[in-house]
Amino acid sequence: MSTAADDRSVRAPWVLTAPALMLFVGVLLIPLAMTVMLSFHDWGQYKGIEPVFILKNWREIATDPYYAEMFWRTFRIAILTTLLTAVLGAPEAYILNRMSGRWKSIFLLVILGPLLISVVARTLGWALLFGGNNGLVNKLLMSAGLIRFPIPFMFTETGMVIALAHVMMPFMVLSVWAALQRLDPQIENAALSLGAGPITIIRRIIMPQIMPGVLSGAIIVFSLSASAFATPAIIGGRRLKVAATLAYDEFLNTLNWPLGAAVATLLLVALVLIVVGSNALIERRYAEVFR
Amino acid sequence: MRRNGPLALIFHTIFVIVMVAPILVVCLVAFTPEGFLSLPTNGFSLRWFRAIANYPEFIHAFWVSLGLGALSSFVALLFAVPAALAIARYRFRGRDALAALFLSPLMIPHVVLGIAFLRFFTSAGMGGSFAALIIAHVIIVFPFALRLTLAAATGMDLSVEMAAISLGAGGWTLFRRVSLPLILPGVISGWALAFIQSFDDLTMTVFLAAPGTETLPVRMFLYIQDNIDPLVTSVSACVIAITMTALILLDSFYGLDRVLAGKGDTGR
Repeated sequence: MSTAADDRSVRAPWVLTAPALMLFVGVLLIPLAMTVMLSFHDWGQYKGIEPVFILKNWREIATDPYYAEMFWRTFRIAILTTLLTAVLGAPEAYILNRMSGRWKSIFLLVILGPLLISVVARTLGWALLFGGNNGLVNKLLMSAGLIRFPIPFMFTETGMVIALAHVMMPFMVLSVWAALQRLDPQIENAALSLGAGPITIIRRIIMPQIMPGVLSGAIIVFSLSASAFATPAIIGGRRLKVAATLAYDEFLNTLNWPLGAAVATLLLVALVLIVVGSNALIERRYAEVFR
Repeated sequence: MRRNGPLALIFHTIFVIVMVAPILVVCLVAFTPEGFLSLPTNGFSLRWFRAIANYPEFIHAFWVSLGLGALSSFVALLFAVPAALAIARYRFRGRDALAALFLSPLMIPHVVLGIAFLRFFTSAGMGGSFAALIIAHVIIVFPFALRLTLAAATGMDLSVEMAAISLGAGGWTLFRRVSLPLILPGVISGWALAFIQSFDDLTMTVFLAAPGTETLPVRMFLYIQDNIDPLVTSVSACVIAITMTALILLDSFYGLDRVLAGKGDTGR
Protein backbone atom coordinates (compact mmCIF):
# COMPACT_ATOMS: atom_id res chain seq x y z
CA MET A 1 0.00 0.00 0.00
CA SER A 2 1.50 3.30 -0.99
CA THR A 3 0.49 6.47 0.76
CA ALA A 4 0.95 10.06 -0.35
CA ALA A 5 3.90 10.45 2.03
CA ASP A 6 5.60 7.38 0.54
CA ASP A 7 5.09 8.82 -2.93
CA ARG A 8 6.71 12.05 -1.86
CA SER A 9 9.78 10.41 -0.40
CA VAL A 10 10.21 8.36 -3.59
CA ARG A 11 9.86 11.41 -5.80
CA ALA A 12 11.65 14.00 -3.63
CA PRO A 13 15.26 12.97 -4.32
CA TRP A 14 14.61 13.02 -8.05
CA VAL A 15 12.94 16.41 -7.91
CA LEU A 16 15.90 17.76 -5.93
CA THR A 17 18.58 16.29 -8.18
CA ALA A 18 16.77 16.87 -11.50
CA PRO A 19 18.17 20.37 -12.18
CA ALA A 20 21.77 19.25 -11.60
CA LEU A 21 21.20 16.06 -13.57
CA MET A 22 19.82 18.00 -16.56
CA LEU A 23 22.76 20.40 -16.34
CA PHE A 24 25.25 17.54 -16.38
CA VAL A 25 23.60 15.71 -19.25
CA GLY A 26 23.16 18.87 -21.30
CA VAL A 27 26.50 20.56 -20.71
CA LEU A 28 28.85 17.73 -19.81
CA LEU A 29 27.83 14.42 -21.36
CA ILE A 30 26.68 15.86 -24.69
CA PRO A 31 29.85 17.95 -25.23
CA LEU A 32 32.00 14.92 -24.34
CA ALA A 33 30.08 12.77 -26.83
CA MET A 34 30.48 15.51 -29.45
CA THR A 35 34.24 15.48 -28.87
CA VAL A 36 34.46 11.73 -29.45
CA MET A 37 32.40 12.17 -32.65
CA LEU A 38 34.63 15.06 -33.72
CA SER A 39 37.68 12.77 -33.63
CA PHE A 40 36.15 10.78 -36.52
CA HIS A 41 35.54 13.84 -38.71
CA ASP A 42 37.71 14.91 -41.63
CA TRP A 43 39.71 18.13 -41.77
CA GLY A 44 41.57 19.98 -44.51
CA GLN A 45 43.57 23.19 -44.61
CA TYR A 46 41.00 24.88 -46.86
CA LYS A 47 37.79 22.91 -46.43
CA GLY A 48 37.78 23.02 -42.61
CA ILE A 49 35.91 20.35 -40.64
CA GLU A 50 33.87 17.87 -42.66
CA PRO A 51 31.27 15.90 -40.67
CA VAL A 52 31.97 12.46 -42.14
CA PHE A 53 32.90 9.23 -40.38
CA ILE A 54 36.49 8.27 -41.14
CA LEU A 55 39.41 6.83 -39.18
CA LYS A 56 41.98 9.21 -40.67
CA ASN A 57 42.93 10.91 -37.39
CA TRP A 58 43.13 7.67 -35.46
CA ARG A 59 45.25 6.10 -38.22
CA GLU A 60 47.56 9.11 -38.16
CA ILE A 61 48.04 8.83 -34.39
CA ALA A 62 48.60 5.07 -34.64
CA THR A 63 51.14 5.22 -37.48
CA ASP A 64 53.00 8.52 -37.15
CA PRO A 65 55.91 7.95 -34.70
CA TYR A 66 55.62 11.62 -33.64
CA TYR A 67 52.49 10.80 -31.63
CA ALA A 68 53.94 7.63 -30.14
CA GLU A 69 56.95 9.65 -28.97
CA MET A 70 54.73 12.42 -27.59
CA PHE A 71 52.50 10.01 -25.62
CA TRP A 72 55.55 8.11 -24.38
CA ARG A 73 57.07 11.42 -23.20
CA THR A 74 53.78 12.37 -21.48
CA PHE A 75 53.63 9.11 -19.54
CA ARG A 76 57.38 9.07 -18.82
CA ILE A 77 57.10 12.53 -17.25
CA ALA A 78 54.00 11.48 -15.30
CA ILE A 79 55.68 8.31 -13.98
CA LEU A 80 58.87 10.13 -12.94
CA THR A 81 56.80 12.86 -11.25
CA THR A 82 54.80 10.23 -9.39
CA LEU A 83 57.98 8.44 -8.21
CA LEU A 84 59.53 11.72 -7.06
CA THR A 85 56.45 12.77 -5.08
CA ALA A 86 56.19 9.29 -3.49
CA VAL A 87 59.88 9.07 -2.52
CA LEU A 88 59.91 12.57 -0.98
CA GLY A 89 56.26 13.05 0.03
CA ALA A 90 55.77 9.83 2.01
CA PRO A 91 58.72 10.41 4.42
CA GLU A 92 57.67 14.04 4.81
CA ALA A 93 54.13 13.03 5.74
CA TYR A 94 55.59 10.60 8.29
CA ILE A 95 57.87 13.27 9.79
CA LEU A 96 54.99 15.74 9.82
CA ASN A 97 52.78 13.27 11.65
CA ARG A 98 55.33 12.89 14.44
CA MET A 99 55.56 16.62 15.11
CA SER A 100 53.84 18.22 18.06
CA GLY A 101 50.43 19.83 17.61
CA ARG A 102 51.22 23.46 16.84
CA TRP A 103 54.16 22.85 14.49
CA LYS A 104 52.20 20.10 12.81
CA SER A 105 49.34 22.40 11.83
CA ILE A 106 51.68 25.22 10.74
CA PHE A 107 53.73 22.99 8.44
CA LEU A 108 50.65 21.20 7.18
CA LEU A 109 49.32 24.60 6.10
CA VAL A 110 52.67 25.52 4.49
CA ILE A 111 52.84 22.27 2.52
CA LEU A 112 49.15 21.93 1.58
CA GLY A 113 48.42 25.63 1.04
CA PRO A 114 50.19 25.78 -2.36
CA LEU A 115 47.50 23.39 -3.61
CA LEU A 116 45.16 26.37 -3.84
CA ILE A 117 47.69 28.86 -5.23
CA SER A 118 47.58 29.50 -8.98
CA VAL A 119 49.52 26.91 -10.96
CA VAL A 120 50.69 29.67 -13.31
CA ALA A 121 52.22 31.59 -10.38
CA ARG A 122 53.89 28.45 -8.98
CA THR A 123 55.34 27.47 -12.35
CA LEU A 124 56.50 31.04 -12.93
CA GLY A 125 58.43 30.66 -9.67
CA TRP A 126 60.24 27.61 -11.05
CA ALA A 127 60.96 29.41 -14.31
CA LEU A 128 62.57 32.19 -12.24
CA LEU A 129 64.56 29.68 -10.14
CA PHE A 130 65.73 27.71 -13.20
CA GLY A 131 66.20 30.79 -15.40
CA GLY A 132 68.82 29.88 -18.00
CA ASN A 133 72.28 28.53 -17.17
CA ASN A 134 72.97 30.94 -14.33
CA GLY A 135 69.63 30.52 -12.58
CA LEU A 136 69.41 30.44 -8.81
CA VAL A 137 69.19 26.64 -8.58
CA ASN A 138 72.32 26.15 -10.68
CA LYS A 139 74.24 28.81 -8.76
CA LEU A 140 73.27 27.18 -5.49
CA LEU A 141 74.19 23.66 -6.63
CA MET A 142 77.53 24.84 -8.06
CA SER A 143 78.53 26.86 -5.01
CA ALA A 144 77.66 23.85 -2.84
CA GLY A 145 80.05 21.86 -5.03
CA LEU A 146 77.36 19.36 -6.01
CA ILE A 147 77.74 20.00 -9.74
CA ARG A 148 80.55 21.49 -11.82
CA PHE A 149 78.57 22.57 -14.87
CA PRO A 150 75.10 24.08 -14.90
CA ILE A 151 72.26 21.63 -15.57
CA PRO A 152 69.80 22.82 -18.20
CA PHE A 153 66.39 22.93 -16.48
CA MET A 154 64.34 25.18 -18.75
CA PHE A 155 62.91 23.47 -21.83
CA THR A 156 63.94 20.02 -20.57
CA GLU A 157 62.09 17.04 -19.15
CA THR A 158 64.18 17.32 -15.96
CA GLY A 159 62.80 20.79 -15.30
CA MET A 160 59.26 19.69 -16.15
CA VAL A 161 59.43 16.76 -13.72
CA ILE A 162 60.79 18.93 -10.88
CA ALA A 163 58.18 21.68 -11.35
CA LEU A 164 55.35 19.16 -11.77
CA ALA A 165 56.47 17.25 -8.66
CA HIS A 166 56.26 20.52 -6.72
CA VAL A 167 52.77 21.22 -8.05
CA MET A 168 51.56 17.67 -7.24
CA MET A 169 53.38 17.15 -3.92
CA PRO A 170 50.46 18.30 -1.69
CA PHE A 171 48.25 15.53 -3.12
CA MET A 172 50.81 12.87 -2.16
CA VAL A 173 51.48 14.29 1.33
CA LEU A 174 47.72 14.54 1.92
CA SER A 175 47.08 10.97 0.80
CA VAL A 176 49.88 9.46 2.94
CA TRP A 177 48.82 11.72 5.81
CA ALA A 178 45.32 10.27 5.65
CA ALA A 179 46.76 6.73 5.79
CA LEU A 180 48.94 7.67 8.77
CA GLN A 181 45.87 8.85 10.71
CA ARG A 182 44.54 5.28 10.66
CA LEU A 183 47.81 3.92 12.03
CA ASP A 184 47.99 2.91 15.69
CA PRO A 185 51.16 4.40 17.28
CA GLN A 186 51.13 1.58 19.85
CA ILE A 187 52.18 -0.90 17.16
CA GLU A 188 55.35 1.09 16.62
CA ASN A 189 56.02 1.16 20.36
CA ALA A 190 55.36 -2.57 20.59
CA ALA A 191 57.92 -3.24 17.86
CA LEU A 192 60.39 -0.95 19.64
CA SER A 193 59.93 -2.77 22.94
CA LEU A 194 60.50 -6.09 21.18
CA GLY A 195 63.89 -4.81 20.05
CA ALA A 196 63.23 -3.72 16.47
CA GLY A 197 65.57 -1.03 15.10
CA PRO A 198 64.29 2.13 13.37
CA ILE A 199 64.93 0.72 9.88
CA THR A 200 63.10 -2.51 10.67
CA ILE A 201 60.17 -0.53 12.09
CA ILE A 202 59.88 1.59 8.97
CA ARG A 203 60.27 -1.37 6.63
CA ARG A 204 58.11 -3.90 8.47
CA ILE A 205 55.58 -1.77 10.39
CA ILE A 206 55.14 1.65 8.78
CA MET A 207 55.64 0.90 5.08
CA PRO A 208 53.04 -1.87 4.73
CA GLN A 209 50.45 0.26 6.50
CA ILE A 210 50.92 3.49 4.56
CA MET A 211 51.32 1.72 1.20
CA PRO A 212 47.62 2.09 0.28
CA GLY A 213 47.93 5.83 0.93
CA VAL A 214 51.06 6.07 -1.20
CA LEU A 215 49.39 4.15 -4.02
CA SER A 216 46.15 6.13 -4.04
CA GLY A 217 48.22 9.33 -3.91
CA ALA A 218 50.25 7.97 -6.82
CA ILE A 219 47.11 7.47 -8.89
CA ILE A 220 45.99 11.06 -8.30
CA VAL A 221 49.45 12.48 -9.04
CA PHE A 222 49.87 10.31 -12.14
CA SER A 223 46.55 11.20 -13.72
CA LEU A 224 46.94 14.92 -12.99
CA SER A 225 50.54 14.94 -14.27
CA ALA A 226 49.71 13.08 -17.47
CA SER A 227 47.06 15.67 -18.31
CA ALA A 228 48.90 18.72 -16.95
CA PHE A 229 48.99 21.77 -19.21
CA ALA A 230 50.36 24.92 -17.56
CA THR A 231 53.62 23.51 -16.21
CA PRO A 232 54.67 21.61 -19.39
CA ALA A 233 53.69 24.61 -21.52
CA ILE A 234 55.74 27.13 -19.50
CA ILE A 235 58.75 24.95 -18.57
CA GLY A 236 58.72 22.79 -21.70
CA GLY A 237 58.38 25.65 -24.15
CA ARG A 238 57.04 25.26 -27.65
CA ARG A 239 59.03 22.23 -28.76
CA LEU A 240 58.78 19.74 -25.89
CA LYS A 241 55.14 18.72 -26.37
CA VAL A 242 53.00 16.56 -24.08
CA ALA A 243 49.45 15.39 -24.79
CA ALA A 244 47.71 18.43 -23.30
CA THR A 245 49.94 21.02 -24.99
CA LEU A 246 49.73 19.18 -28.32
CA ALA A 247 45.92 19.16 -28.17
CA TYR A 248 46.03 22.88 -27.36
CA ASP A 249 48.21 23.51 -30.44
CA GLU A 250 45.93 21.51 -32.72
CA PHE A 251 42.89 23.41 -31.49
CA LEU A 252 44.16 26.97 -31.28
CA ASN A 253 47.13 27.16 -33.68
CA THR A 254 46.84 24.54 -36.42
CA LEU A 255 43.03 24.55 -36.12
CA ASN A 256 42.93 20.83 -36.91
CA TRP A 257 40.15 20.19 -34.39
CA PRO A 258 39.40 16.56 -35.33
CA LEU A 259 43.03 15.53 -34.77
CA GLY A 260 43.15 17.46 -31.47
CA ALA A 261 39.90 15.76 -30.42
CA ALA A 262 41.43 12.35 -31.19
CA VAL A 263 44.48 13.15 -29.03
CA ALA A 264 42.21 14.31 -26.18
CA THR A 265 39.93 11.27 -26.48
CA LEU A 266 42.93 8.92 -26.40
CA LEU A 267 44.31 10.70 -23.32
CA LEU A 268 40.94 10.46 -21.56
CA VAL A 269 40.44 6.77 -22.38
CA ALA A 270 44.03 5.87 -21.42
CA LEU A 271 43.75 7.70 -18.10
CA VAL A 272 40.34 6.25 -17.21
CA LEU A 273 41.63 2.71 -17.95
CA ILE A 274 44.82 3.24 -15.91
CA VAL A 275 43.04 4.87 -12.96
CA VAL A 276 40.15 2.38 -12.79
CA GLY A 277 42.52 -0.56 -13.34
CA SER A 278 45.00 0.42 -10.65
CA ASN A 279 42.24 1.35 -8.21
CA ALA A 280 40.79 -2.14 -8.62
CA LEU A 281 44.25 -3.70 -8.14
CA ILE A 282 44.93 -1.68 -4.99
CA GLU A 283 41.54 -2.44 -3.50
CA ARG A 284 41.99 -6.15 -4.11
CA ARG A 285 45.57 -6.18 -2.77
CA TYR A 286 44.71 -4.12 0.31
CA ALA A 287 41.13 -5.22 0.82
CA GLU A 288 41.57 -5.44 4.60
CA VAL A 289 42.69 -1.79 4.85
CA PHE A 290 39.65 -0.43 3.08
CA ARG A 291 37.19 -2.52 5.05
CA MET B 1 55.38 8.25 19.88
CA ARG B 2 59.08 8.76 19.17
CA ARG B 3 60.44 12.20 18.25
CA ASN B 4 61.96 13.09 14.92
CA GLY B 5 65.72 12.58 14.76
CA PRO B 6 68.17 15.23 13.44
CA LEU B 7 68.27 13.60 9.99
CA ALA B 8 64.48 13.75 9.76
CA LEU B 9 64.50 17.42 10.73
CA ILE B 10 67.15 18.27 8.11
CA PHE B 11 65.05 16.49 5.47
CA HIS B 12 61.97 18.34 6.67
CA THR B 13 63.72 21.73 6.53
CA ILE B 14 64.96 21.20 2.97
CA PHE B 15 61.52 19.92 1.96
CA VAL B 16 59.71 22.98 3.32
CA ILE B 17 62.27 25.36 1.75
CA VAL B 18 61.80 23.73 -1.67
CA MET B 19 58.00 23.84 -1.31
CA VAL B 20 58.02 27.54 -0.44
CA ALA B 21 60.91 28.71 -2.67
CA PRO B 22 59.06 29.14 -6.00
CA ILE B 23 56.22 31.08 -4.36
CA LEU B 24 58.61 33.19 -2.31
CA VAL B 25 60.84 34.01 -5.28
CA VAL B 26 57.85 35.29 -7.28
CA CYS B 27 56.81 37.58 -4.41
CA LEU B 28 60.39 38.83 -3.90
CA VAL B 29 61.12 39.54 -7.56
CA ALA B 30 57.86 41.51 -7.70
CA PHE B 31 59.45 44.11 -5.39
CA THR B 32 62.57 44.61 -7.49
CA PRO B 33 63.52 48.24 -8.23
CA GLU B 34 65.33 47.15 -11.42
CA GLY B 35 63.89 47.05 -14.92
CA PHE B 36 64.74 43.37 -15.32
CA LEU B 37 64.19 40.13 -13.40
CA SER B 38 66.26 40.22 -10.23
CA LEU B 39 65.97 39.73 -6.52
CA PRO B 40 65.51 43.08 -4.73
CA THR B 41 69.10 43.36 -3.41
CA ASN B 42 69.21 47.16 -3.24
CA GLY B 43 65.94 48.07 -1.62
CA PHE B 44 62.31 47.29 -2.23
CA SER B 45 60.23 49.14 -4.77
CA LEU B 46 56.57 49.15 -5.70
CA ARG B 47 57.23 50.28 -9.29
CA TRP B 48 56.09 46.98 -10.80
CA PHE B 49 52.86 47.04 -8.82
CA ARG B 50 52.22 50.57 -10.09
CA ALA B 51 53.09 49.35 -13.60
CA ILE B 52 50.06 47.04 -13.51
CA ALA B 53 47.85 50.14 -13.72
CA ASN B 54 49.31 50.92 -17.16
CA TYR B 55 48.41 47.50 -18.45
CA PRO B 56 44.59 47.54 -18.71
CA GLU B 57 44.49 43.95 -20.04
CA PHE B 58 45.50 42.63 -16.61
CA ILE B 59 42.99 44.86 -14.80
CA HIS B 60 40.19 43.80 -17.12
CA ALA B 61 41.18 40.12 -16.85
CA PHE B 62 41.13 40.45 -13.08
CA TRP B 63 37.53 41.70 -13.10
CA VAL B 64 36.53 38.94 -15.52
CA SER B 65 38.08 36.34 -13.19
CA LEU B 66 36.45 37.84 -10.11
CA GLY B 67 32.99 38.03 -11.70
CA LEU B 68 33.33 34.60 -13.24
CA GLY B 69 34.44 32.99 -9.98
CA ALA B 70 31.76 34.65 -7.87
CA LEU B 71 28.93 34.00 -10.31
CA SER B 72 29.80 30.46 -11.37
CA SER B 73 30.29 29.37 -7.74
CA PHE B 74 26.92 30.87 -6.83
CA VAL B 75 25.14 29.18 -9.76
CA ALA B 76 26.88 25.89 -8.95
CA LEU B 77 25.49 26.10 -5.40
CA LEU B 78 21.95 26.70 -6.71
CA PHE B 79 22.21 23.27 -8.33
CA ALA B 80 24.43 21.62 -5.71
CA VAL B 81 22.48 22.41 -2.52
CA PRO B 82 19.26 20.56 -3.50
CA ALA B 83 21.32 17.72 -4.98
CA ALA B 84 23.39 17.48 -1.78
CA LEU B 85 20.23 17.41 0.38
CA ALA B 86 18.79 14.62 -1.77
CA ILE B 87 21.98 12.56 -1.67
CA ALA B 88 22.44 13.09 2.08
CA ARG B 89 18.83 12.38 3.10
CA TYR B 90 17.44 9.75 0.80
CA ARG B 91 18.45 6.23 -0.15
CA PHE B 92 17.19 5.84 -3.70
CA ARG B 93 18.07 3.78 -6.71
CA GLY B 94 20.78 5.43 -8.81
CA ARG B 95 22.05 7.45 -5.85
CA ASP B 96 25.64 6.24 -6.15
CA ALA B 97 25.64 6.68 -9.92
CA LEU B 98 24.34 10.25 -9.56
CA ALA B 99 26.97 11.10 -6.96
CA ALA B 100 29.67 9.65 -9.23
CA LEU B 101 28.37 11.70 -12.18
CA PHE B 102 28.32 14.89 -10.12
CA LEU B 103 31.92 14.33 -8.96
CA SER B 104 33.14 13.22 -12.40
CA PRO B 105 34.50 16.64 -13.48
CA LEU B 106 37.29 15.96 -10.95
CA MET B 107 38.39 12.90 -12.90
CA ILE B 108 38.11 14.24 -16.43
CA PRO B 109 41.31 16.06 -17.47
CA HIS B 110 40.63 19.78 -17.83
CA VAL B 111 42.21 19.79 -21.27
CA VAL B 112 39.51 17.33 -22.40
CA LEU B 113 36.79 19.47 -20.80
CA GLY B 114 38.20 22.57 -22.50
CA ILE B 115 38.07 20.89 -25.89
CA ALA B 116 34.58 19.50 -25.30
CA PHE B 117 33.23 22.89 -24.21
CA LEU B 118 34.98 24.71 -27.07
CA ARG B 119 33.37 22.35 -29.59
CA PHE B 120 29.98 22.51 -27.85
CA PHE B 121 29.76 26.28 -27.41
CA THR B 122 31.12 27.01 -30.88
CA SER B 123 28.41 24.83 -32.43
CA ALA B 124 25.85 26.57 -30.23
CA GLY B 125 27.06 29.96 -31.49
CA MET B 126 28.28 30.97 -28.04
CA GLY B 127 32.03 30.62 -28.66
CA GLY B 128 34.16 32.98 -26.56
CA SER B 129 31.19 34.48 -24.69
CA PHE B 130 31.09 35.18 -20.97
CA ALA B 131 27.94 33.06 -20.64
CA ALA B 132 29.81 30.06 -22.06
CA LEU B 133 32.61 30.60 -19.55
CA ILE B 134 30.11 30.69 -16.68
CA ILE B 135 28.40 27.46 -17.72
CA ALA B 136 31.77 25.71 -18.16
CA HIS B 137 33.00 26.93 -14.78
CA VAL B 138 29.77 25.83 -13.08
CA ILE B 139 30.58 22.28 -14.22
CA ILE B 140 34.20 22.29 -13.02
CA VAL B 141 33.47 23.84 -9.60
CA PHE B 142 30.32 21.77 -9.02
CA PRO B 143 32.14 18.85 -7.31
CA PHE B 144 33.71 21.20 -4.76
CA ALA B 145 30.43 22.97 -4.05
CA LEU B 146 28.65 19.61 -3.76
CA ARG B 147 31.24 17.92 -1.56
CA LEU B 148 31.30 20.57 1.18
CA THR B 149 27.52 21.03 1.15
CA LEU B 150 27.13 17.26 1.30
CA ALA B 151 29.46 17.03 4.28
CA ALA B 152 27.41 19.67 6.11
CA ALA B 153 24.08 18.08 5.19
CA THR B 154 25.22 14.61 6.26
CA GLY B 155 26.37 15.84 9.64
CA MET B 156 23.16 17.79 10.27
CA ASP B 157 20.95 17.06 13.25
CA LEU B 158 17.66 15.89 11.74
CA SER B 159 15.72 16.31 14.97
CA VAL B 160 15.79 20.11 14.58
CA GLU B 161 14.03 19.72 11.25
CA MET B 162 11.57 17.27 12.78
CA ALA B 163 10.78 19.83 15.49
CA ALA B 164 10.16 22.50 12.85
CA ILE B 165 7.87 20.15 10.92
CA SER B 166 5.93 19.30 14.07
CA LEU B 167 5.44 23.04 14.61
CA GLY B 168 3.89 23.30 11.16
CA ALA B 169 6.84 24.44 9.03
CA GLY B 170 7.16 22.88 5.62
CA GLY B 171 8.52 23.28 2.13
CA TRP B 172 10.25 26.57 1.46
CA THR B 173 9.92 27.94 5.00
CA LEU B 174 11.49 24.78 6.40
CA PHE B 175 14.39 25.09 3.99
CA ARG B 176 14.93 28.82 4.39
CA ARG B 177 14.50 29.07 8.17
CA VAL B 178 15.85 25.72 9.38
CA SER B 179 17.80 23.58 6.89
CA LEU B 180 19.74 26.32 5.11
CA PRO B 181 21.01 28.05 8.29
CA LEU B 182 22.15 24.66 9.59
CA ILE B 183 24.21 23.82 6.49
CA LEU B 184 25.30 27.43 5.87
CA PRO B 185 28.96 27.02 7.02
CA GLY B 186 29.31 24.15 4.53
CA VAL B 187 27.61 26.16 1.79
CA ILE B 188 29.83 29.22 2.33
CA SER B 189 33.00 27.12 2.43
CA GLY B 190 31.80 25.31 -0.68
CA TRP B 191 31.38 28.68 -2.35
CA ALA B 192 34.85 29.81 -1.29
CA LEU B 193 36.57 26.62 -2.45
CA ALA B 194 34.61 26.72 -5.72
CA PHE B 195 35.62 30.35 -6.17
CA ILE B 196 39.31 29.53 -5.72
CA GLN B 197 39.04 26.67 -8.22
CA SER B 198 37.35 28.91 -10.77
CA PHE B 199 39.70 31.81 -10.12
CA ASP B 200 42.77 29.59 -10.66
CA ASP B 201 41.66 27.50 -13.62
CA LEU B 202 43.86 27.88 -16.66
CA THR B 203 43.76 24.60 -18.58
CA MET B 204 40.06 24.58 -19.41
CA THR B 205 39.55 28.34 -19.67
CA VAL B 206 42.44 28.84 -22.10
CA PHE B 207 40.36 26.98 -24.71
CA LEU B 208 37.23 29.08 -24.18
CA ALA B 209 38.46 32.60 -23.51
CA ALA B 210 38.48 35.09 -26.34
CA PRO B 211 39.97 38.60 -26.26
CA GLY B 212 37.61 40.45 -23.91
CA THR B 213 36.71 37.38 -21.87
CA GLU B 214 40.27 36.38 -20.95
CA THR B 215 40.60 35.52 -17.28
CA LEU B 216 43.62 36.49 -15.20
CA PRO B 217 45.38 33.09 -15.38
CA VAL B 218 44.83 33.01 -19.16
CA ARG B 219 46.16 36.55 -19.57
CA MET B 220 49.17 35.70 -17.37
CA PHE B 221 49.83 32.49 -19.30
CA LEU B 222 49.70 34.20 -22.70
CA TYR B 223 51.96 36.96 -21.35
CA ILE B 224 54.52 34.45 -20.00
CA GLN B 225 54.54 32.64 -23.34
CA ASP B 226 55.94 35.80 -24.95
CA ASN B 227 58.32 36.98 -22.25
CA ILE B 228 58.86 36.85 -18.51
CA ASP B 229 59.46 40.25 -16.88
CA PRO B 230 58.90 41.71 -13.39
CA LEU B 231 55.39 42.86 -14.37
CA VAL B 232 54.04 39.32 -14.46
CA THR B 233 55.67 38.59 -11.08
CA SER B 234 53.88 41.55 -9.46
CA VAL B 235 50.58 40.36 -10.96
CA SER B 236 51.31 36.85 -9.64
CA ALA B 237 52.13 38.28 -6.22
CA CYS B 238 48.68 39.94 -6.19
CA VAL B 239 47.03 36.64 -7.17
CA ILE B 240 48.92 34.83 -4.41
CA ALA B 241 47.81 37.49 -1.91
CA ILE B 242 44.16 37.11 -2.97
CA THR B 243 44.30 33.33 -2.68
CA MET B 244 45.95 33.59 0.74
CA THR B 245 43.13 35.86 1.92
CA ALA B 246 40.52 33.37 0.69
CA LEU B 247 42.51 30.57 2.35
CA ILE B 248 42.52 32.34 5.70
CA LEU B 249 38.78 33.06 5.43
CA LEU B 250 38.18 29.41 4.55
CA ASP B 251 40.33 28.30 7.48
CA SER B 252 38.46 30.42 10.01
CA PHE B 253 35.03 29.47 8.67
CA TYR B 254 35.48 25.77 8.21
CA GLY B 255 39.01 24.57 9.05
CA LEU B 256 41.41 24.17 6.19
CA ASP B 257 42.28 20.58 7.08
CA ARG B 258 38.66 19.56 6.57
CA VAL B 259 38.45 21.35 3.23
CA LEU B 260 41.69 19.85 1.97
CA ALA B 261 41.11 16.40 3.42
CA GLY B 262 38.06 16.24 1.17
CA LYS B 263 40.28 17.11 -1.75
CA GLY B 264 42.63 14.22 -1.20
CA ASP B 265 40.35 11.59 -2.66
CA THR B 266 39.84 13.33 -5.99
CA GLY B 267 41.29 10.33 -7.77
CA ARG B 268 38.86 7.87 -6.30
